[in-house]
Amino acid sequence: MTLPSPGQRVLMAGNNAIAQGAYEAGVYFASGYPGTPSTEILEVISEYPEIRAQWGTNEKVAFDEAMGVAMSGKRALVSMKYVGLNVAADSFMVFPFAGTVGGFVVISADDPGMYSSQNEQDNRYFARLAQVPMIEPSDPQEAKDFVRLAFELSEKFSTPVMYRTSMRVSHSKGMVTVGERSEVPAKTFVKDIPNWVVPVFAKGLRAKLDAKLARISEYVETYPYNRVEEGSSKVGVITSGASYTYAKEILPDATVLKLAITYPLPKQTLIDFCARFDQVYVIEELEPFIEEQLRFWGVTNIIGKDRFPHTGEFSPDVVAKAVFDEEPVQDFSGEFDLIVRPPQLCPGCPHRGAFLALRKSGALVNGDIGCYTLGCLPPLSANHTTFCMGASIGNAFGFGVGGTDKVVAIIGDSTFVHGGIQPLIDVVYNGGNTTVMILDNRTTGMTGHQEHPATGMTLQGKEAPRLDLVKLVKAIGVEHVQVANPFDQKEMYSAVKEALEYQGPSVIMTNQPCIFARGEKGRKYTPFVVLEDKCTKCGACQRIGCPGVLPGEVPAIDEVACTGCSLCEQACKFGAIVRKGDA
Amino acid sequence: MSSVTNLILSGVGGQGVLLASEVLALVAAEEKAEVKQTEVHGVAQRGGSVVSHLRFGDKVYSPTVRTGTADILVAFERLEAVRYGHYLKPGGLMLVNDLEVMPGQVGDFKPYPAGIMEFLTGKGFKILEVPATAKAKELGNPRVASLIILGALSVHLDLSREAWDTVIGRRIPPKLVDINMKAFQTGVEIGTGIKVSASA
Repeated sequence: MTLPSPGQRVLMAGNNAIAQGAYEAGVYFASGYPGTPSTEILEVISEYPEIRAQWGTNEKVAFDEAMGVAMSGKRALVSMKYVGLNVAADSFMVFPFAGTVGGFVVISADDPGMYSSQNEQDNRYFARLAQVPMIEPSDPQEAKDFVRLAFELSEKFSTPVMYRTSMRVSHSKGMVTVGERSEVPAKTFVKDIPNWVVPVFAKGLRAKLDAKLARISEYVETYPYNRVEEGSSKVGVITSGASYTYAKEILPDATVLKLAITYPLPKQTLIDFCARFDQVYVIEELEPFIEEQLRFWGVTNIIGKDRFPHTGEFSPDVVAKAVFDEEPVQDFSGEFDLIVRPPQLCPGCPHRGAFLALRKSGALVNGDIGCYTLGCLPPLSANHTTFCMGASIGNAFGFGVGGTDKVVAIIGDSTFVHGGIQPLIDVVYNGGNTTVMILDNRTTGMTGHQEHPATGMTLQGKEAPRLDLVKLVKAIGVEHVQVANPFDQKEMYSAVKEALEYQGPSVIMTNQPCIFARGEKGRKYTPFVVLEDKCTKCGACQRIGCPGVLPGEVPAIDEVACTGCSLCEQACKFGAIVRKGDA
Repeated sequence: MSSVTNLILSGVGGQGVLLASEVLALVAAEEKAEVKQTEVHGVAQRGGSVVSHLRFGDKVYSPTVRTGTADILVAFERLEAVRYGHYLKPGGLMLVNDLEVMPGQVGDFKPYPAGIMEFLTGKGFKILEVPATAKAKELGNPRVASLIILGALSVHLDLSREAWDTVIGRRIPPKLVDINMKAFQTGVEIGTGIKVSASA
């Protein structure tokens, strides 16, 4: 990547702009855990040599480390998708009681519309719950500029600041004028026990936090980035974030109160603004976060969730429907068969081999977060539950206790390191008869192939001691540990069978890499081909769920997509699939 | 908002829709005050449907295009022209690549739908068929199809050839610039040469 030079106006995605903002704000340390739509923030930050950037094993660890750097007096940020903040919430709720020394910013990337997420969650409530100020950019230029504002706010009030972005802000490109980096002088941590040993002094700190929030509430009344854009019509609008851009498209003549800081809200500013109009549209994606507080303060001339949806992503069409009853143009699915293109495991994906063996075993499979969630789709249909990071192992233990026979937890290598180790310790400790399959594909697949402790490489490309997962699970106390090749169906199935028959905790580790893992890209493959004269059209090769095996009465193999994994060859009982050149 | 040009690019993951969007956005950034571009690509979207929204002009707020307002829809694959056709304004221009990519199958087998071009023509869109995949093979590299499509598109946009040349030279790896320039020129000729069929 070529980094832009100061003064340049360049096209940047929101996440790249956040990274540039971190650079300009003099950030010293940045950590996080990959998660759509936040992942690129740290990836891009890692390209700036002035910033120490690293993936944490999970969001809580990443948070605690960044928090430590900030307490030590330097600017630190931690970046995660919104569900990551659920993991880091324990620290996030308590740190505000003490405040910070150096600036500390928590980036939460929400995903309204759930483009790549398990739930829809409005993280603005987290700011209110933690009593932490929150800033929300609307476009890439603000995405960059607001990082500096967040740090200034953090240091001004000695508080963590939540920086809330959303998929559309993070993954949209726009023109950004870049600036220079300002180095920020480090501050000093003072051993003031009554401030930093929070549990012992919580009562006093609680009162201090309340007083601090009152001061911030007063400050935001005149905050220059909460701005009013005067319009010519008699319509008032209160909005923030991506919603602002839609409001401006649909109500170009309205007077708009655009909020940069959405917690705490500028109470008097809002009340005075609403008093100017007969009716004010509160245009906010997801929950009625602003609207609820306005109604609590007795403001009634507002139009909010009675007209606007509280689920899904907003767009200009959504706002036009809510304001003007303008229906969007319907797609052509009513008139034309728009066959969907479902997400699928890639050709050559090692998870496929694991799922084929699991399908054959008839086990109940508790899944986890990663590409392997897709094992739920036909024809594999071999992942039966999935919720959130690390849930698979505890769920499988519970199914076993509940009396279900043949239960397997499946979890990827990165997810295992994130949230699977403690549940496995629990399984051993509490005498679970649980089988855990660790799908070790040597990368964090779904978020775009990030490094983690078991890959032996850091975010900034330094070699690291490689966490040995086999040794780890043995050290935890799992005695029955097998390593199996998912591209060898005999070996894989017998491993599953043996583990399920074994009484006590067992682990199966798959040992084939993601086709995109480091060192795998650019590998030359010999594809397989179908011998039409031997093919009986039985369809077995098409039931392995490989996009490389093309549908049709007589199957064919896409030679460009095929990685030669041989699972289709093993599925064919008639010898009709052979490696190209062997025919 | 009439000074804003609205575009939709659609196709199948792996076809180069996102690269083409990036090149196009960078070209617009050379000449226009504001450019916004956004796309949807979720989990494991190789082989999935990909759509990119692009808007440029004097003042652009939303990165997403309203349905029924796109000036041009550029489809890298036929079925993806129908899937996002409702974004195009009435009588808008549709550039359609000559390619049909069979959707991956989960569950019962469904054949590739027939009659796409007739359906779209019946909708009253102006349609320009761009044989980009075939021409790219003739040029010796199937991957340059996206530059052929951009070339054909460029004829219908108010963006200078200099800006296109600058961005292609800057964004494409040096050893591939020549063939991509050639592909772009092929596209320009297709864009100007083939008659636009308006009907219904």
